[in-house]
Amino acid sequence: MSEKLKVSGGTALSEEDIRSGKIFVTEDSLNCAYAWDTGVAINRYLAELKQGRIIATECRKCKRVMLPPRLFCELCFIPCNTWRHVKDTGTINTFSICHVHWDASRIKEGEDPHLPAVIEIDGASEGMGIMHILGEVEPEKIKIGMKVQAVWKPETERTGSINDIKYFKPL
Amino acid sequence: MSKRVAIVGIGCSGFRTTSTDLSYREMIFEAATKCYEDAGGIHPQSIDSFVASSEDFMEGISIADEYVPDQLGAVLKPVQSIAGDSLQGLASALMQIKTGQQSIVATSAFSKVSNLSHYEKVAAYATDPAYIRPLKEHPYFIAGLEMNRYLFDSCSTREQCARVVVKNRYNAFLNPRAVYGAKITLEDVICAEPVSAPLGQFDISGHLDGAIVLLLASEEKALEMTDKPIWIKGIGWATDTPNLDSRSEGLGSAHYAKLAAEKAYKMAGIKSPVKEIDFAEIDDTFSYKELQHLEALQMCGFGEAGKLLEMGCFEPGGDLPVNVSGGSLGIGYLHEANGLQRVLETALQLRGEAGKIQLTGVETGLAFAWRGIPTATGTAVVLSNRL
Ligand SMILES: [Zn+2]
Repeated sequence: MSEKLKVSGGTALSEEDIRSGKIFVTEDSLNCAYAWDTGVAINRYLAELKQGRIIATECRKCKRVMLPPRLFCELCFIPCNTWRHVKDTGTINTFSICHVHWDASRIKEGEDPHLPAVIEIDGASEGMGIMHILGEVEPEKIKIGMKVQAVWKPETERTGSINDIKYFKPL
Repeated sequence: MSKRVAIVGIGCSGFRTTSTDLSYREMIFEAATKCYEDAGGIHPQSIDSFVASSEDFMEGISIADEYVPDQLGAVLKPVQSIAGDSLQGLASALMQIKTGQQSIVATSAFSKVSNLSHYEKVAAYATDPAYIRPLKEHPYFIAGLEMNRYLFDSCSTREQCARVVVKNRYNAFLNPRAVYGAKITLEDVICAEPVSAPLGQFDISGHLDGAIVLLLASEEKALEMTDKPIWIKGIGWATDTPNLDSRSEGLGSAHYAKLAAEKAYKMAGIKSPVKEIDFAEIDDTFSYKELQHLEALQMCGFGEAGKLLEMGCFEPGGDLPVNVSGGSLGIGYLHEANGLQRVLETALQLRGEAGKIQLTGVETGLAFAWRGIPTATGTAVVLSNRL
């Protein structure tokens, strides 16, 4: 099949053609800036992170203690206004060992792989947790079910962000 | 396919220029809760399917449809998102019931435009990157071009366009959902700063945050759920070519509106729209659009809307009240949620629940939404409180 394929004429484009403006080029920059309203629930969640605490909401009907906290239970479909502090310890539900950065470039030799994980937080309902990263651990030693604890940034460096927790480390 | 479908629940929240206290999820939850209570206190577990309308660029989240379920009570339910005006979402919800696939369907839309720092940049990104964007015009230039050609073709006047603004912003005074109510004069509008002349500052509707949720049900379910069903008698939508320089019948026309309305009237069995429609909530994103759309929707002849407006025909006490709610100029511009906002106002009128803006003796109303610049997409819906 491939032997029968013939180049159908025309001139292939080169990077140089684009750079030198030999072909039509239009440049533009996408300026989409957003200032999202986090709302009541996430606002308080972030404010509590700044204090070095994790807060959840509890549904009065199904009794789930939910993370991240929400102002309504999406299953019972009723408002939730019972706030509960939960621990900063938990159990690894799942994890991955990432050999690529966010921009798809591969990690360099000797660079530690990124270790995203879902951590079920102690005090929250089963299956409720925080998506974060693991640290101070050899990748090959991580196990599902492993107990971990949050490592917080120093108080003065916290900004009210999920990154106020640096990572979770094995207990 | 003969199944009749009614609106059985209406809920909205927000309708403010900013809503910094609530996330979009919390705002929609409020609207959904009100809607379900309005429909007799239905739990979303009993709703078969959900349709949301949104535009990812406006929200700043790609695949925004995946963020729909929680606030509507739609977790693990059939959920669909329509990237278009929410009347197209309504059409989709309607079809799900008409085909017999579902009996009860919720449809929603919201605007959090206050979270967007540069609306005009996003609007500009809706124009062609090769031959429109390099001209580097503010996107409202399209409205200026349309307005100028519409005035030329129809022999309508700048003053008549200004009169639309005066009417709609005054109407808005009595509507608790409207935030741009004002008592302004023709001179205020005409002398306001030009934006893309002849379009001036006051000819443009202001932005608004808000969420709307409507619940639709088959005839059988509707009659069980409410004693005030609002029947969706007909719906139609159409999209013209995106080419600004070669629109069907020119930039001065709104051919998409004409075609959408023709389909909606046919489905509703309406032969004489002027005689059979009691009032209309139609797109007035820009002042001239109300006149242009009225003509395209066959509410009057081409070039007649301006004169009829001057005669008071479109006032709340006129022969054909138009945008008694205040329209987008008076309520505010809700982007993809505009369509549901027009249905909301129409349905409340037909229920007799429009409060201080209530019209007397209305049975059939027309809601029409345009998707805004630079689009040429419109959807028309005929609603009635009679089966
Ligand atoms: Zn619950």
